[in-house]
Amino acid sequence: MPTKKNGDSQINLHELQSRLKESATFPRQVIAEIQRAAETGIYDIRGWGAKRSVPNFDDLLFLGASMSRYPLEGYREKCTTSVTLGDRFASKPIELKIPITVAGMSFGALSGSAKEALGRGATIAGTSTTTGDGGMTPEEREHSELLVYQLLPSRYGMNPDDLRKADAIEIVVGQGAKPGGGGMLLGQKISERVAGMRDLPKGIDQRSACRHPDWTGPDDLAIKIQELREITNWEKPIYIKIGAARPYYDTALAIKAGADVVVLDGMQGGTAATQDVFIEHVGIPTLPALRQSVEALQELDMHRKVQLIVSGGIRSGADVAKALAMGADAVSIGVAALIALGDNSPAFEKEYNSLGTSAGFYDDWHEGRDPSGISTQDEELAARFDPVMGGRRLANYLNVLALETQTLARANGKSHVHNLEPEDLVALTIEASAMAGVPLAGTDWIPGKK
Amino acid sequence: MPLEYDLASGSTRELNKKLHALGIANKVDNICITNPNGAHALAVGLTRPLKVNIKGHVGYYCAGMNQIAEVNIDGNAGPAVAENMMSGYVTVTGNVSHYAGATSHGGTLLVCGDASSRCGISLKGADIIVKGSVGHMSAFMAQTGRMVICGDAGETLGDSIYETQLYVRGSVASLGTDCIQKSMTEKHKNELETLLVSAGITGADAAEFNRFGSARKLYNFKVDNADAY
Repeated sequence: MPTKKNGDSQINLHELQSRLKESATFPRQVIAEIQRAAETGIYDIRGWGAKRSVPNFDDLLFLGASMSRYPLEGYREKCTTSVTLGDRFASKPIELKIPITVAGMSFGALSGSAKEALGRGATIAGTSTTTGDGGMTPEEREHSELLVYQLLPSRYGMNPDDLRKADAIEIVVGQGAKPGGGGMLLGQKISERVAGMRDLPKGIDQRSACRHPDWTGPDDLAIKIQELREITNWEKPIYIKIGAARPYYDTALAIKAGADVVVLDGMQGGTAATQDVFIEHVGIPTLPALRQSVEALQELDMHRKVQLIVSGGIRSGADVAKALAMGADAVSIGVAALIALGDNSPAFEKEYNSLGTSAGFYDDWHEGRDPSGISTQDEELAARFDPVMGGRRLANYLNVLALETQTLARANGKSHVHNLEPEDLVALTIEASAMAGVPLAGTDWIPGKK
Repeated sequence: MPLEYDLASGSTRELNKKLHALGIANKVDNICITNPNGAHALAVGLTRPLKVNIKGHVGYYCAGMNQIAEVNIDGNAGPAVAENMMSGYVTVTGNVSHYAGATSHGGTLLVCGDASSRCGISLKGADIIVKGSVGHMSAFMAQTGRMVICGDAGETLGDSIYETQLYVRGSVASLGTDCIQKSMTEKHKNELETLLVSAGITGADAAEFNRFGSARKLYNFKVDNADAY
C-alpha cells in the first residue's frame, strides 16, 4: 500500500482517497478553471469541439434484418454509396463516391501541407474537401479533385477567380462550435503568407467577423445567391452552412433563399480557436438538430431535392449510417480528419507533455505549437508533416467509414446507403428517443409523439 | 456605336452572359443598358475591359466582384454596389445604399451623391470616394485601402479599423473603437490630392480634410482593453 510522509504520521493514500468527497458542483476541473481565471484574467480559448457529454449517435442502435427484412450478403451483394449534391439549380452538381466529405478548415489554422493532405486524402477516397477562412491556396486546389470554396463573413482572400475555380460554393452562416461567433486566429499564427492572403498586417490577432458584410437575413441572402450564381454562370452548387441553433427554421429559410445544399453543423463540431464557454454552452447537439432539419426539408417537400450534409461529432461508419438513416444525404468530418492525419498522435507524447498536455487531449490549436505540424504556421513544425503520407492515412480512414456504413446498410437490407431510414433505428435512452424521433428500444414510444 | 441592351425586354441572366462574353482580346467594348428598374446583380463578375453604362437605378450587388471593367451607373444603387471589387472603376451618379464597396480589394468606387451606412465595410485595398456624406458604421473593420468622404461621416466611423486611411472633409458624428484622428502630413495631402484629381473633384481642397486611422491598440488582445469592446 503506498504511503506518504506527512509530518510525523504516515497517511494511507488509498484510505485518504476513499474518504475524500468531491463536490458535484465544484469538481476538480471546475476548481482548476476558477484558479486559472483568477490567475490570468482572461477566458480560456481552445480548439476542438464540445467536450461535454451530450446525447449522440451512440445512443441509437440499428435493428438489423429479421423475418420481415432481408439482409444483403456482405462483400457479395452491391451496396452503393454514391451521392449527388447540388442538382436543384446548379448545372454542374457534385458527384461523390462516398457520402462523407471533409469540412472547411482554414489555411492559417492549418499548415499548407496539412491542407494539401486533406485534398489528397479526399481525392483518393472520391470525395470533396473544403477551403476555410483565409481563402484558397494553390496547393489545396491542385490536390483536391473536388473543392468547395467557402464564402465567410470575413471574406479573407475572397476572389472571383477562385470562385470560378471552385466546384461548389459554401456560404457560411454559422458553425456548430460557435453559432453566432466569428473566427479567431491569434497573432502567433499570422505568418507573412497568411497575413498577405487576408490583407492584414503580420502578427496581429485576426478577428473574423460574425455577420456577413453585405447581407442581413434570408431575403438578402436570396439576392446574394443570385449574384454568386450570375458570377459563376449558374454552374456551381451553392451550399449554406448553418450552426445548430434553430435548425428547423434555419433549414427552411436556407431552402427559401435558394440553397442547393444545406450543411448543418451540430455543437460537437470542431473549431480552430474559440472561447471554451462558447463551445460548451451555445448550440444544440447534432442528434436533435438533424431531426429538426430533416423535418423542415420534408414539410417543404424538399427532402432529397435539397441535399443535407450533417457534421459535428462524426467518428465512425456507425455515426455515418445513423445520420443517413435519420435523413442526411451525406456527412462531413473535421476533427476526425485531423486525427486521421496524425494530430494528437502518441508518437509526440513527450512534446505534448512539454506543452502541459498529453496525446488525445491536445486542443490548443490556436497557439501554433502543434507537435504534429498540422495546426501550425511554424515552418520547422510544419516540415515534420508529410502531406503524401497524411493524405494516405485520411483516405484509409475515409474508406473504413464507407465500409462500415455499407456493412450496416447491408445488415438492414439496403442496396444503397440512402435507403437506410428512421424505421431501422431505435434509441437507448429517453433523451435520444425524443431528440432523434425514433422509438425507445423495446417500445413503440417516442416522447412527444402521439 | 455602343451596343445596347434593354432590360425591359431582356433578363439579368441574358445580360450578364452577354457581358461575360464581351471585351475579348483587349478590345474595349462599350455597352449601354437601359431600363434596369432596380434589378439585382447587374454587370457582376466582369473580367474584361468593358465600358458599361447603366441608365437608371439598380438593385443589390451591381458590379459585384468587378475586375478591370468600368461600370457607370447613371442613377442610384442598392446595397453593396461594387462589393468585393478586385480592380476597375465603378461610378454612381446618384446615392448608394448600405455596404457600398464592401470588402473591395482593388479598383475605385466613386459615389457622386451620399452613401448609406457601412460604406467600405471590411475594405481590403480599394479606393472609395464619396462626394457627399456617409452613414453610420462606415469603414467598419476596414483593413487597407483608402476612403475619401467629401461631406460628413455618421456615427462610429472606422470602428475596429486596421490600416485603411480615412479622409473626411466635413464633420464626424463619432469615431468607433480604436479609430483616432491622425495628423495630415504632406505625404497624406499629396495622396489625397491625387485621389481628388483622379475623381475629377475640383471643388474640395485637400487642406480642408482631416485624416483618421487605427490607434492600433486592439491589434493584439490584452485583457486591460476588454472594456473597449
